[in-house]
Amino acid sequence: MDPLEAIKATFFQECDELLADLESGLLELEGGGGDIETVNAVFRAVHSVKGGAGAFGLEPLVRFAHVFETTLDDMRSGKLATEPAAVKVMLRAADVLADHVSAARGQGAVDEAGSLRLVAELKALCGGPAAAAGADGDDEVVMVDTEVEDDGFGDFDFTPVIVEIEGPAEAEVAAMPTWRIGFKPSRAMYAKANETALLLRELDRIGACQVTLNADALPDFDALDPEDSYFSWIIDIETDQGEAAIREVFEFVEDDCEITLEAIGPSATSDAPLAPSEAPELAVAAAEPAAPDGDVLALLERAKLAAAEMQAAAPSSAAVSTEPPRAAPPPAPAPAAALHPADNGDAKAAAGTTIRVDLERVDRLIDLVGELVINQAMLTQRVGESGLARSSTVSVGLEDLEHLTREIQDSVMAIRAQPVKSVFQRMPRLVREVAAMTNKQVRLTTEGENTEVDKTVIERLSDPLIHMIRNAIDHGLEKPEVRVAAGKPAEGVVKLCALHRSGRIVIEVSDDGAGINRERVKQIALDKGLIAADATLTDEETDNLIFLPGFSTAATVSDISGRGVGMDVVRRQVQALGGRISITSNPGKGSTFSLSLPLTLAVLDGMVVGVSGHTLVTPLTAIIETLQPKTNDVRLLGPNGAVLAVRDAYVPLVDVGAVLGYRKGPTDWTTGVVLLVESEVGGRAALLVDAIQGQRQVVIKSLEANYQRVEGIAAATILGDGRVALILDVDALIDVRRKDARRSAAPPAARLPLAS
Amino acid sequence: MSKTVLTVDDSRTMRDMLMLTLKNAGYRVVQAVDGAHGLEVLAGETADIIITDINMPRLDGFGFIEGVRQDPRHRATPILVLTTESDGEKKTRARNAGATGWIVKPFNPDKLVDAVRRVAA
Repeated sequence: MDPLEAIKATFFQECDELLADLESGLLELEGGGGDIETVNAVFRAVHSVKGGAGAFGLEPLVRFAHVFETTLDDMRSGKLATEPAAVKVMLRAADVLADHVSAARGQGAVDEAGSLRLVAELKALCGGPAAAAGADGDDEVVMVDTEVEDDGFGDFDFTPVIVEIEGPAEAEVAAMPTWRIGFKPSRAMYAKANETALLLRELDRIGACQVTLNADALPDFDALDPEDSYFSWIIDIETDQGEAAIREVFEFVEDDCEITLEAIGPSATSDAPLAPSEAPELAVAAAEPAAPDGDVLALLERAKLAAAEMQAAAPSSAAVSTEPPRAAPPPAPAPAAALHPADNGDAKAAAGTTIRVDLERVDRLIDLVGELVINQAMLTQRVGESGLARSSTVSVGLEDLEHLTREIQDSVMAIRAQPVKSVFQRMPRLVREVAAMTNKQVRLTTEGENTEVDKTVIERLSDPLIHMIRNAIDHGLEKPEVRVAAGKPAEGVVKLCALHRSGRIVIEVSDDGAGINRERVKQIALDKGLIAADATLTDEETDNLIFLPGFSTAATVSDISGRGVGMDVVRRQVQALGGRISITSNPGKGSTFSLSLPLTLAVLDGMVVGVSGHTLVTPLTAIIETLQPKTNDVRLLGPNGAVLAVRDAYVPLVDVGAVLGYRKGPTDWTTGVVLLVESEVGGRAALLVDAIQGQRQVVIKSLEANYQRVEGIAAATILGDGRVALILDVDALIDVRRKDARRSAAPPAARLPLAS
Repeated sequence: MSKTVLTVDDSRTMRDMLMLTLKNAGYRVVQAVDGAHGLEVLAGETADIIITDINMPRLDGFGFIEGVRQDPRHRATPILVLTTESDGEKKTRARNAGATGWIVKPFNPDKLVDAVRRVAA
């Protein structure tokens, strides 16, 4: 990639981070927290965005960032209080800034009117209405400013071209203007590491110089302060580049020296005798104690005086003409330490605590570790088959290998792990927008932002979360007046929370709204033919109806949630991540949606089971216990259905072989083994398999990517003996079973579309 | 041997830009992410030229310049400050802290290299 493009990509990456910092900083200020350092950090974020944008010529972004930055600068200097009203404007400005960044990136467009409105609001914050009126004018100044700089440089490039057109080269040489520069540096100039020699070198670049040194002010050696400045110079320079170019050479030092500049005619040579004229004056000036660094005005005044008197002064002949300016004295003694080579410097150079690695490399590593896991399983199996004793050194060594493999795997997974913060950070803006659109008052609280999850999971978490939060505000929270009438605070709370629970990450979105209106949910499901009229549903089952395809509870399709995306899509997205979604609702108190996701998509602890000659893997996290069913524990229900009595409860019995189509017809329940599993949505179920082969770690290989989606199957894996085994999708399996049961149990008149 | 430039900036974009520009111009580049880090790096590196941002966390550009000037090894090391400010206030403060010169952001590569050359012995 073009290096500049690569840097641009870095810039946008950095922008994302800066925008996140900006928002979290502003939120902290909004909440009344934060201090001057928070304000500084917020300012720096906008400042850096602007700086980078300027480097890439992203002008609309620069313009907006500039106004924003100016307002923040006022806040930083205390001119503007960090009161909630101001911070709210800034939060919205941060949103617009994010839009500008996206637009600069070529993703989406900026709402120009909205942007201008905010510019006006920001200006009103820091300067009152007058500033707001002059909004556009101000912006222009900023941009023009940089153009002026460019023009200054343009002179270098273009002037010679013009000259060529105007006349022959010889004429030009003859008419070359000559300037006389009087230059007396102060002690402060050298203290800032500026060098007369370098200035002369620069002058030499723009024209032929004749340099005259005046060393009259040099005191006796015993009175000499090696760091003081005693010399002055007079430089006659022949150049066609004009005064600006000469001034530019002295740009960095003009406050730390006395400098005079005058045009002394079209030709330099004949005017040479005039050169020493100002020397005495300068010597007088040098005899005075050096002006303090800060007294710039006084220095300038004196420089002006010297220039005026210079005209009248009588010439004297102290001039020493020097050739190319290499003879300037060292203004400061070379410090001894500088002579030491950079000993062991590289070792000590502060090492970065993070490195950036191409994701592909990490993925490759993960793939390889996956292969290692498979290989190690294979080895274990071979060793087992060879009949070696468990206490043999080979077996013991193999155990160590297994241990190591597991550790490597955990470490590699940790590389990919990232805090969910990056997703959570996008939510406050969403909440603000949805709240504004629905006229509701919402406060978002987050917890567990630093919970770490696999990067792939994080990337794909955003969409479901966005939808769930929209849903919580749009459908969950009531209007302020309704809330007040119900004795709740007008401001609703949406809580976003992440935590680790038994090897999975759980993300909860809860609101303190009205909870799910089960009567209405049931009615809608009925109207849409999603359930049978006489269906008896538990509260939990009713709540879960909203995940059915084609279900939408919004009485009017709103702008927010009614985008043709229902909760069923959310559930599918979550399931695609190997996750589960569940809901608990408390009428009048609110609802909580819980996402439960695997920490990683690559490896899983599974129970390997045999069914009709096939080897299958059941995720260990789903299994509560295993048991051997007795004949009288099993009750048949309908033609195919059966339940198993487990202690005090009946649990639907799922014959895995029959559901997956490995075999047909009733089975002898008692010959198999039952895995009692628990799913997020469907409660408990008993999976009937033929035998348990063992428990092991398996590497997940996508079935969709390599073959196609199969109902009831989550993915595939490769076993130690090299055979492919399917990984069961417990929830889907229970669903399949449930649908089958309903199909056969439903009376012929049922309004079930699937009925046949 | 090529000259070493220490760049101190909290923005990765800026650091990358400086790195690219200066490397192309034949300089060796050492980077630091803020003023405090810059001083740490200087403890183990010699820099011929220093380019620093002003607004940085932990230790800002002014503090960094003062810190550099207090180190006898770097009293005479040219320091250029990066500034987007068109007003002179920041420049003056930086100069009072001991900055040699400045570069106005956004800079183009020629302008940057030009400024570095002007102060580099």
